[in-house]
Amino acid sequence: MSIPNNLKYTKSHEWVRLEGDGTATVGISQHAQELLGDMVFVETPAVGRKLKQSEECAVVESVKAAADVYAPIAGEVTAVNPELESAPEKINQDAYEAWLFKLKPDNASDLDKLLDATAYQNIIESEDH
Amino acid sequence: MKTTALNQTHRDMTAKMVDFGGWDMPLHYGSQLDEHHKVRSDAGMFDVSHMLAVDIEGQDARAFLRRLVANNVDKLTQPGKALYSCMLNPQGGVIDDLIIYFLTESHFRMVVNAGTADKDMAWMQAQRDELAPGLSITPRRDLAMIAVQGPNARAKVWHVIPGAQDETEQLKLFQAKLVDKYFIARTGYTGEDGFEIMLPSTDAVAFWNALFAAGVAPAGLGARDTLRLEAGMNLYGQDMDETTNPLESGLGWTVDLKSDRDFIGKNTLLESPVKKQLIGLVLIDRGVLRSHQKISAERTRNEDEGEITSGGFSPTLNKSIALARVPLNVSPGDEVQVAVRDNALRATVVKYPFVRNGKILVDLPS
Repeated sequence: MSIPNNLKYTKSHEWVRLEGDGTATVGISQHAQELLGDMVFVETPAVGRKLKQSEECAVVESVKAAADVYAPIAGEVTAVNPELESAPEKINQDAYEAWLFKLKPDNASDLDKLLDATAYQNIIESEDH
Repeated sequence: MKTTALNQTHRDMTAKMVDFGGWDMPLHYGSQLDEHHKVRSDAGMFDVSHMLAVDIEGQDARAFLRRLVANNVDKLTQPGKALYSCMLNPQGGVIDDLIIYFLTESHFRMVVNAGTADKDMAWMQAQRDELAPGLSITPRRDLAMIAVQGPNARAKVWHVIPGAQDETEQLKLFQAKLVDKYFIARTGYTGEDGFEIMLPSTDAVAFWNALFAAGVAPAGLGARDTLRLEAGMNLYGQDMDETTNPLESGLGWTVDLKSDRDFIGKNTLLESPVKKQLIGLVLIDRGVLRSHQKISAERTRNEDEGEITSGGFSPTLNKSIALARVPLNVSPGDEVQVAVRDNALRATVVKYPFVRNGKILVDLPS
């Protein structure tokens, strides 16, 4: 399973990418979408909402179950992915392309505390055993 | 964990396996949605060997079943005919739902759920000891069961089993016939045409592979659940269990209260007022209905009015649907509120089934 090296990850299976404009893009990992199966509904946070780190802020629902998505870092929501409302299956097709929301981090340095690809890989492997 | 004869075959077909009541079973083989649509439009196959066939043999078989189950086995007059029924406890709660096949006057075959199989066997043996000590009740773990479902399912089975077409083309719904080593029943749990086939478990892999070669798509328990929900078929443990009255679970049509026959649980049912009913819901707002979510009707906004027993996403409707247990004053066409996390989502009450033979049967909210 490929885990992109240019992203940061959380134990709760979100990924984060710091963009050139200083915002951070958030999605769920390939591993998370595999566990959940076919996606049928995504609920994203309101633009402008201020999130604390680890706060529940979105829900992804598959045919199997609903799963909460947590804010990987603190910040203010600046955009949500409009495509997912009508096409939640885009998460299944490419979890690292189908982002959920973008936020303006309170502290960009918070990203440094998240997992890198290797550390995230280790988390997944320990879960499988 | 318990495994069926097809366990390795599922793994070889890249199934995602899950623990289903102690059985290691396929949830899906890649996409549950694709499997669902394949059954509605063509043909899919399910390994249901975790369910248990039980042979009931002896001269008292019919008399025993008259007492044991809530539906009336006297409706079974032709060999091969099948009957869906609940088996109730003395309190009128549902021990299990099952199918009974009439083979001969001294041989009936029952198929019970996997998760309840041990409990069912113990219950039936205890009743047997009391009512018909001479009767033999034999679990048939030597049999595999494969459900082949969809508009093209029968034709594809005929392609695989030589001679089966002549033998089974005339079978009506809920009729079965033994063809060589295959016990072929025109039954199912999807709302589509098709067969449920019992065969020696040693032949299961070869039969499964032959069906696959004939273009039947493997389908997992995930699709089985969304298909049966669309078809408005009850799932034991969700829509009814030992604490629920079958008459409040959409199963009144299977309970024979008309004949003089006395079956276990009958007295309690006759004495218990029916206060609830099972209805269908189609979600108007965006979201997904799930079991145990609470329902309140527009008029009263009473939180305790009802509860979803089975909910999920309907791939055929492309909307969320549910079965729910609600008070008797709730009627088709009503709008109700469903508590989903912090929101109250709007849903329309409908008469189910939602889908039969590939066709949507309910009016969809726009």
